[in-house]
Amino acid sequence: MSIDKDKIKHISKLARISIDSKKSNSLAKDLTSIFKFIEQLNELNTDKVEPLSSILNTPLRSREDQINDGKIRNKILENSPKKNEEFFVVPKVIE
Amino acid sequence: MSKDKFDYFIKGEKNNYEVIIGLEVHAQVSSNSKLFSGSATKFGAEPNSQVSLIDSAFPGMLPVINKECINQAIRTGLGLNAKINNNSVFDRKNYFYADLPQGYQISQYKNPIVGEGKVLLDMPYGSKEIGIERLHLEQDAGKSIHDMDPSNTYVDLNRSGIALMEIVSKPDLRSPEEVNAYIKKLRTIMRYLGTCDGNMQEGSLRADVNVSVRQVGDKKFGTRCEIKNVNSIKFMQMAIEYEANRQVELLDEGKKIEQETRLFDTKKNETRSMRSKEDAHDYRYFPDPDLLPLKIEQKLIDDLKKTLPELPDNKKERFMKDYGLNSYEANVLVSEKEISNYYEEVAKLSDKKLAATWMMGDLFAMLNDKGLNISKSPITAKNFAELVQSIKSGEISGRIAKEVFELMVESGDNAKKIIESKGMKQQSDPKELEKIINEILTKNKDKVEQYKSGKEKLFGFFVGQVMKQSGGKANPQLTNDILKKLLKG
Repeated sequence: MSIDKDKIKHISKLARISIDSKKSNSLAKDLTSIFKFIEQLNELNTDKVEPLSSILNTPLRSREDQINDGKIRNKILENSPKKNEEFFVVPKVIE
Repeated sequence: MSKDKFDYFIKGEKNNYEVIIGLEVHAQVSSNSKLFSGSATKFGAEPNSQVSLIDSAFPGMLPVINKECINQAIRTGLGLNAKINNNSVFDRKNYFYADLPQGYQISQYKNPIVGEGKVLLDMPYGSKEIGIERLHLEQDAGKSIHDMDPSNTYVDLNRSGIALMEIVSKPDLRSPEEVNAYIKKLRTIMRYLGTCDGNMQEGSLRADVNVSVRQVGDKKFGTRCEIKNVNSIKFMQMAIEYEANRQVELLDEGKKIEQETRLFDTKKNETRSMRSKEDAHDYRYFPDPDLLPLKIEQKLIDDLKKTLPELPDNKKERFMKDYGLNSYEANVLVSEKEISNYYEEVAKLSDKKLAATWMMGDLFAMLNDKGLNISKSPITAKNFAELVQSIKSGEISGRIAKEVFELMVESGDNAKKIIESKGMKQQSDPKELEKIINEILTKNKDKVEQYKSGKEKLFGFFVGQVMKQSGGKANPQLTNDILKKLLKG
């Protein structure tokens, strides 16, 4: 896969990372070569191999349906840049 | 109910269009705590009081899945006649929004917990099967409140992390009426199973609605638009109606339909484009590295299957078979588990058919009037059965029964007590009735003559006199019979 400037722009927009346009050329080049390296794996035939979503062979840990958390509003709101007694306060976002 | 043929089409300039609808229903899982944290899920709590460090996405916090939410999803899958997948995977769906602190929603993308299933709808034009594409588990987001401050939005994370089941239908629905039936059926099934309370006012059940149109006879689907987050059946129906007409108009003008996400404005009754969602479909899903794949043993599925309650379709069939109800009556009486329980209790103690009629008539009207659920009915099933039996046995007439019913609601007393204390018993002794009728005929000799000479309308007058004389207690059927007999003589 080759990554071009437009792709860099698109990804950085989705990830909310600002990248100045001078840098995006060299980034595109770097990413393209990284992809080229990874794509060597395509030489392997994986038709009969299940996709791997985890390398650990242990079952998913689960818990009982019990209420044992919450009720810590002050702690939750403490680090918020803007808040009132009850809510997080953010710039108006409305459709 | 008289429509026996499907007829929902949108008229274009030259052609009729068929409307193709698919729904993504978000149903809140009934559970005490959230999907990946131990915070409570109770509705209406103080803002941000049911939020843990996990729900607010503090760094380093790890999600641990709630067993009960897995079981609830399996139960729901079984209720939808669906395949339960022994292996499924949790993925991250990435997007930015103020009420999504993680910056991603934990959801299931390629490998959902539940696969294909089906739901049966009873439409006036016959039964129709709606395919279920899949059901997956995911986290709910928080709530943004826009109307408490002119320049800021307030965020409440109580809902953040609550377990949702997203139930995706195949594009099998063809009209707002079918959407109504489908949502109601899903809701009924989940309420029977106890997996979702189906409370739409509280947002426990909401849907994204996919709408496209195509000329009648076309095989290929048109371009669809997705209307986001509609939270009532009425609004879903209005949104579909508006959106389908908008698309037909565009096609008539020779324009193209853009695939996009739209919003239904409930005040203006129209859908409009959500431009901010342009990139939204680029969610960059990948398996959540904090969660291992979910393996479900077949034994768990089998065990849960054994504990499922009788579901509405089976119950309906049994009601028709065992109680002699017609399809419509059975449908109404199985629509809520509590209603069907009440009916069965009544039917055990009284006439089954008459019990259905009176329940669906006077009882439902009264409950509706008072805004009560059947479980809060002022008349117990046992007392209601007694009233039905009094009608059936001829002890009281249907007309008097309505009065007794009112008094039962007011006083909470049982039917027998009211009938006796008020002397409302129906006069069903033929000899007694004959006596009353003879008296009336003697008193109204002129009218009897007129009747005999052809003025048959006077029959009603005689019946009225008998009712007046007996205080409304004369058995109407018997009164008719005796009157006819005596007037002939």
